[in-house]
Amino acid sequence: MIAGLFNYWIVIVLMMAGLYIVMSSGHLVKKIVGLNIFQTAVFILFISMGKIAGGTAPIIDSAITLYSNPLTHVLILTAIVVGVATTALGLAIAVRIHEAYDTVEEDEITAMDAQSLHEENTASLAAESDK
Amino acid sequence: MTDSTLLLLALLVPLAGGLLLTLQSNSPNTRDVISLVTATLLFLIVLSLYPAVLSGDTPSIVLAEPIKGLSFSLEAEPLGLLFATIASGLWILTTLYGMGYMRGNNETNQTRFFFCFAISISAAMGIAFAGNLMTLFVFYEMLTLATYPLVTHKGNEDARRGGRIYLGILMFTSIGFLLFATLWTFNLAGTLDFQPGGILREHVGPGTAMILLTLFAFGTGKAALMPFHRWLPAAMVAPTPVSALLHAVAVVKAGVFTILKITIYIFGIDLIADTGAGTIVMWVATFTLVVASIVALTKDNLKARLAYSTVGQLSYVIVGAMLANAAGIIGATMQIAMHAMGKITLFFCAGAIYVATHKTEISDMRGLGYRMPFTFAAFFIGSLSIIGLPPLGGSWAKWHLLMGSIEATQWIIVAALLVSSLLNIAYLIPVAARAFYMAPDSPDKGPTTIAEAPLLCVVPLCITAAGSVLLFFFGDSLNQLISLIPLRATQP
Amino acid sequence: MIEQLPAIQLLLTLLAAPICSMLRNGDHAWRLATAATWLSTVVAIMLLIQVWDGGVISYQMGGWPPPWGIEVRIDELNALVLLLVTLFGSLVITALRESLRGVMRHQRQSLYYTTFLLCFAALIGITITADAFNVFVFLEVSSLSTYALIARGRDRRALTASFRYLIMGTIGATFILIAIGFLYMVTGTLNMQDLSERLPAHWDNRVIQASLAFFTVGIALKVAVFPLHYWLPNAYTYAPKATTAFLAATATKVSLYVMIRFLFDVYGIEFAFEKMQLSTILVPLSIAGILIASLVAIFQNDAKRLLAWSSVAQLSYMVLGLALLNASGITAAISHMFNHAMMKAGLFLALAAMIYRVNSSKLHDLAGIGRTMPLTTGAFAVMGVGLIGVPMTAGFVSKWYLISGTLDKGWLPLAALLIVSSLMAVVYIGKIIDVAYFKPAPPQHADVREAPLSMLIPCWIFALLTIYFGLDTRITAGLAGRVAQSYLGVS
Repeated sequence: MIAGLFNYWIVIVLMMAGLYIVMSSGHLVKKIVGLNIFQTAVFILFISMGKIAGGTAPIIDSAITLYSNPLTHVLILTAIVVGVATTALGLAIAVRIHEAYDTVEEDEITAMDAQSLHEENTASLAAESDK
Repeated sequence: MTDSTLLLLALLVPLAGGLLLTLQSNSPNTRDVISLVTATLLFLIVLSLYPAVLSGDTPSIVLAEPIKGLSFSLEAEPLGLLFATIASGLWILTTLYGMGYMRGNNETNQTRFFFCFAISISAAMGIAFAGNLMTLFVFYEMLTLATYPLVTHKGNEDARRGGRIYLGILMFTSIGFLLFATLWTFNLAGTLDFQPGGILREHVGPGTAMILLTLFAFGTGKAALMPFHRWLPAAMVAPTPVSALLHAVAVVKAGVFTILKITIYIFGIDLIADTGAGTIVMWVATFTLVVASIVALTKDNLKARLAYSTVGQLSYVIVGAMLANAAGIIGATMQIAMHAMGKITLFFCAGAIYVATHKTEISDMRGLGYRMPFTFAAFFIGSLSIIGLPPLGGSWAKWHLLMGSIEATQWIIVAALLVSSLLNIAYLIPVAARAFYMAPDSPDKGPTTIAEAPLLCVVPLCITAAGSVLLFFFGDSLNQLISLIPLRATQP
Repeated sequence: MIEQLPAIQLLLTLLAAPICSMLRNGDHAWRLATAATWLSTVVAIMLLIQVWDGGVISYQMGGWPPPWGIEVRIDELNALVLLLVTLFGSLVITALRESLRGVMRHQRQSLYYTTFLLCFAALIGITITADAFNVFVFLEVSSLSTYALIARGRDRRALTASFRYLIMGTIGATFILIAIGFLYMVTGTLNMQDLSERLPAHWDNRVIQASLAFFTVGIALKVAVFPLHYWLPNAYTYAPKATTAFLAATATKVSLYVMIRFLFDVYGIEFAFEKMQLSTILVPLSIAGILIASLVAIFQNDAKRLLAWSSVAQLSYMVLGLALLNASGITAAISHMFNHAMMKAGLFLALAAMIYRVNSSKLHDLAGIGRTMPLTTGAFAVMGVGLIGVPMTAGFVSKWYLISGTLDKGWLPLAALLIVSSLMAVVYIGKIIDVAYFKPAPPQHADVREAPLSMLIPCWIFALLTIYFGLDTRITAGLAGRVAQSYLGVS
């Protein structure tokens, strides 16, 4: 039972690990790493469901009788491309954030944002009281 | 020109006039002429609807139908026509008066003032001619929004605070209660059209009817039922022409008119009489009319006193509607007309006094009667009409209301009406009496020279005072128009 | 030619995008992008006319018949969404040129339009495809372009907002991917039509039930259903001026369309709402969303953020309409999707025009703008009134249906709550209007001029449409009503 569903156990472990990293880590790059692990888990899920033990690639030949389902593999190729693009964009934004804030720690960024929001609010309060 | 086109014109003429006069903001004379011409034109349009309505027709026009069974439509029926006549007729006088007042006081933003005024009248016409409850609601809100800049006209902190209360209460009640009740009605009856005999008869039990009617009555915040009456005194920060036309005629009458319309055409008076759905509203209105009169007694500021007087007088209309018999409805409708004529006179006088002497407190007005004899004479006549003494128009309204409450065997209401009349005497008569019979504060100024407000202020108030007298003698023809209101569905 | 319209619809902007990236001159890129989007609007209108009487267009990509090939399928529902995306998108991009000029280099502008076109094309793709996996791919293409667009905002907080949206959006999309995977696992098909026929046999399969759960959470993130709306306010606030208008009009609405398509068509009403009782989750969440988001909107002092929070509340209206599961409710949801897209896009665009002149969306900087920019503010007021739901505007129609839907269910207190939320809308829109008209302009804004015509005209088109769709509802509520009937009639 456990051995037969080995792939799926791995999928669950990876998925949870990835999500946990995304949620718990304050480091933006680590968040992206977590996101990658999470996505990879889904890729494995798709690949596993198409795979049939002993099956080969779907080549039309009389000698071959057992195929794995190629469709899920093709789908996941697309999903991997999407995942790569997401990672690239995420990292690019992280670089820009580093340039703008001089940090990639979420806590510090949040504090800086709260600070500037506070300044804006005091400015508008001052503008209100001027009138 | 067909009657349906006339209905549409009644809305568009003031709108067009308003837009036109904004283009003339640099030449006050042209601007005021446009106002006056628009007002006269509108009055003529409303009058030209009479032949059709008197012959029993109801001209109507559908503007759009965005949701199945729910349209934006206009319709002229006797009650609405009466309200339209009052509002448009008095608009002419108020325009004249406003010209005198605004110039006499050197007010700023006069163009915006006349523009918003025109929009308000257009909205009032929409309320008068609304063919169903939804259309009425649209124009009701339009009236609220268009009058807001008028209330805050002075632009100071006081005006802003008054404006906030005004907008807050009217918006809250109309969206919170009136719209809710409207939606509920549509859900129950599947239509919102005003139909003789009402649309709810087969769809509600006594409990639901009472809740709905109560929601409608409180939702119509413009009718100033307590505890939602605070906006009316707050709105007195507006310039006096606004108080005169809008807060004695158009806005407040739009409120009680809405309640009358709902009573007659949505519920049908039989439904209310049979189920007792109006009980809560009737007692709240009775309470309001006594308490508002008592509060009015305590006010020294003339406009504040008049405001509370208005709160009380509006409740007469609501009581009349809730009595749900023919005499009550006649009394309520007459009260709309008579009180409009009487109260606008009083407000015109208050404004004229302010323009001439800059006095607002009643205690400062001793002996002013000799300086401003016409104004105070008119004030006296208006007061008598409000109180309901013959030979003035107001007496008919009070008479029918008394008859209605006797017919409904509501003896407490009969007593309340009588007590309220006594209170009316107590808070209105002293104003004129002080002016004529008490010595002025500073005798050296001499009471002999006449120094009235500008002619444009004094003439309109004399006309409305004379109108109050005339209405007494034409009470019968008014009665005939009112008796055209279909109280029950025509039997097939 | 007519038969090829669905393919043309998809390819027009998809092909224009790479060409756009090669143009060095930003103005040329703008011309190309505008031409492409307006052409696709024309195609969308032609498609809408074709399916007007309940017809369905089925187009086989590359001639492969479904369920093996990828099918493009257009019925009344997605024809309406198509019109929404193309028409409102085109209007925004028309106004975009003036808003970018001066703040961005020419080369950058070309890339910006490219991203915009990609997002536009992907949204069209999501709308018309009948293939579940395609939905995921296009959803990601549109989301990636959106992140890039948001990150171009001038404030550095745009970067964090974009990053946050990227994380949340990717998690949402991956959840949807898992759900689609589960569906394929059990049924062996990805064609939506095919799926909906095969699924009833597997209703008791736990994998399908898990699939519904994953899908609902994933799409709820994309639609920004309360409490998964966390990414939205910042993303809208810090996105570049006119871009916010495009995002507010299209991105969440198309996600909502995907929600409708999957829950009502693929999974089916009976499974999603009767067996799995989705309404018991969605109704309380959307009510909380409506009230809380409206309340938060009231206390904002930045007009853009205020409108963003209002969007959260308005999206909850649509979800509530769906979850009511009666004819009026679904009609309300679909017509509000269209109406709200129109009004919010217009509001953000008008706001963008104001920001173009005064360089701020803080309320105190907008003081007195009603006098310095009367036409822009006038359009803003019209659409604001529409958002509140005043009769004779588009917002009224959809809110009317929504409240009718709750009353049909006999939920009087809920109807009362909706009216309370309308009152809140009065307050937050009133706050902006009050500042714009009744407060004196600060001295440094005394010489502010009216917005340029190229921004003003789209604003007023939005404003006039708001009134038009409040009076003539054949396209919005009429069409939505037929869709609702067809969903409820079958089940």
